[in-house]
Amino acid sequence: MINSATRLSSRLNSPRWLWSYIAAGAAWVAIILVGGNASEAASAALAFAAFTAIASIGQMLVMTVGGGSVDLSIPSAMTLGAVLSMKVMGGEGYLIPMGFAAAVLSGGVIGFANAMLVRWLRVPPLIATLGSSLVVLSIAIAIGHAIKGSPPAALAEAVQMKAIGFPVVSVIAAALAILVGVGLERTLLGRTLCATGQNDRAAALAGLPVWSARLAAYTLSGALAGFAGALLAAYSGGSSLDLGSGYLLLSIAVVVIGGTKAAGGEPAVAGVVGASLFMFLLVSFLNTVNTGAGVRILLTGLVIIAVVSGNAESKAR
Amino acid sequence: MRLASAIRTRSALPLLSLALLLLLIFALQPRAMTYRGLGLLLGFSAPVVLATLAQMFVMTVGDLDLSIGPFIGLVACIVATLPAISPLLTVAALVAGVLAYMAVGALISWRRLPALFVTLGLSFVWFGIAIIVRPNPGGEAPEWVENFINLQTPVAPIQLWIVCVVGLAGYFILQHSKQGLLLRAAGGGAVALQRAGWSVPRARVLAYGLAGVLGVLAGLALVGITTSADPDIATRYTLVSIAAVVLGGGEFSGGRVSVPGSIAGAYVMALADSLLAFMNVPADWQVAAQGLILLVVLALRAFLRSAP
Repeated sequence: MINSATRLSSRLNSPRWLWSYIAAGAAWVAIILVGGNASEAASAALAFAAFTAIASIGQMLVMTVGGGSVDLSIPSAMTLGAVLSMKVMGGEGYLIPMGFAAAVLSGGVIGFANAMLVRWLRVPPLIATLGSSLVVLSIAIAIGHAIKGSPPAALAEAVQMKAIGFPVVSVIAAALAILVGVGLERTLLGRTLCATGQNDRAAALAGLPVWSARLAAYTLSGALAGFAGALLAAYSGGSSLDLGSGYLLLSIAVVVIGGTKAAGGEPAVAGVVGASLFMFLLVSFLNTVNTGAGVRILLTGLVIIAVVSGNAESKAR
Repeated sequence: MRLASAIRTRSALPLLSLALLLLLIFALQPRAMTYRGLGLLLGFSAPVVLATLAQMFVMTVGDLDLSIGPFIGLVACIVATLPAISPLLTVAALVAGVLAYMAVGALISWRRLPALFVTLGLSFVWFGIAIIVRPNPGGEAPEWVENFINLQTPVAPIQLWIVCVVGLAGYFILQHSKQGLLLRAAGGGAVALQRAGWSVPRARVLAYGLAGVLGVLAGLALVGITTSADPDIATRYTLVSIAAVVLGGGEFSGGRVSVPGSIAGAYVMALADSLLAFMNVPADWQVAAQGLILLVVLALRAFLRSAP
């Protein structure tokens, strides 16, 4: 195929995900140029980008399935993960692992259910995950109203710590990114997922476990969202019922900016991390020069449109 | 057999769902049938229905609009803020909004971009501008807008009349005009349309333009009801409108949508909350109702389609 050959060459020449790091670097240099505190900005951006990156890696897996797959239930899964983990922990240090397990498990169940809905109802993933997200949000609200969840003191302290100079949450995010990246490259399910996104009929005819790969992508997306929610609750001093609401469009935006192919089949884990960093470095740059939130959000939108247009251009060439 | 095939027509299922929902509401709360009761029941329905029709036109050409909610929020912010400075500026801003919508339609078509992600970016653009226009909630709707939406119309509340008029106009544009044929053809068979010498970009610009106009109307109605605005006021309309069009029998692949079905779908989404309130379901669980109704109706549709 000429198409895949040119795509390969363009990937070798300039990986799409590299742009997100160049943009993040530019934002950081800009912060230094306008006289901001560079190390403080980088540290804060690393911490906040971590939650976005973890949730968005899941979004990337679902979008890799192709055919316009997106996971709209990530915010709800995050909120439920946060509420459940805080409830299970109940402020007791020895229950911390159980709390995280509950969050990951609940997210996994949501993702699994999403995949089943898409298969059984034969509706677009967008609608299936939208329907399930409303149900999940209700469950989270019903549980969350009864409790005032705050993390055990030991956990709250631990997530604020630094490991080898980096915020510990960003180290966790990086580890997860590497794990998923290796899984996509080296495992049968990972390779199948990419093949499915490029051409699901061909993948199925080649005897690849297409359905298992889909199921795994949705389930992992939910589980990562649940984990991100629990981690964010621990970091920000407790769960709140709108904890996940900002991540609906942000998670998709980060995946697109990071260079993952919108049509599916070509994930870019490194790009997700880079784009998350870029988003938060951009925030701190615009805060340093005292621009309002409006300009920042407007710029984010223009960046997304530019990236989507740019990707289409390289495809046409 | 005949029943099954009748139900399979595009708008039958959503209309039946709506009828069932209304029947339950009226049975539980007969006072909802009065003029006043209906007015309260339909509280915010006009903006939701108008947003749904906007989404429907974009879905007709096979795209999805993730930016309609924030656009309606921006319109509300403009209308609640700018008239105090200059009425002319307000009109210019709204016209610019519709033109921007059309330009995006052209961009998507000519560069063959995925609409989902372009409108995702656009949603940030609208939201950002809305925050610049109105950094904190407040403002004041112009008096005529407020008076219009509170008009005591004969027979049925004004919001129902608005939906009737706009819905009929939408129906005729889509089903009985040459432009509507162009729209449906662009979604159903873009390649065939192009071979026949028609312009797909033109269809898309038209669809996005109509969505922009309907978005402006929805924003006007919304700000009339709430009398003030904030940028986040209509964000959730994006997903509600997509769900309503799909409930109404619309297809993601484009070309196949239904005006009466979409309107019924929008009312189902809007009234689900009221029904649960009448049934004394705790407020916590009311969000779930919209999700469950969506999933149940879609399951029913999948079942009816697979039935022989």
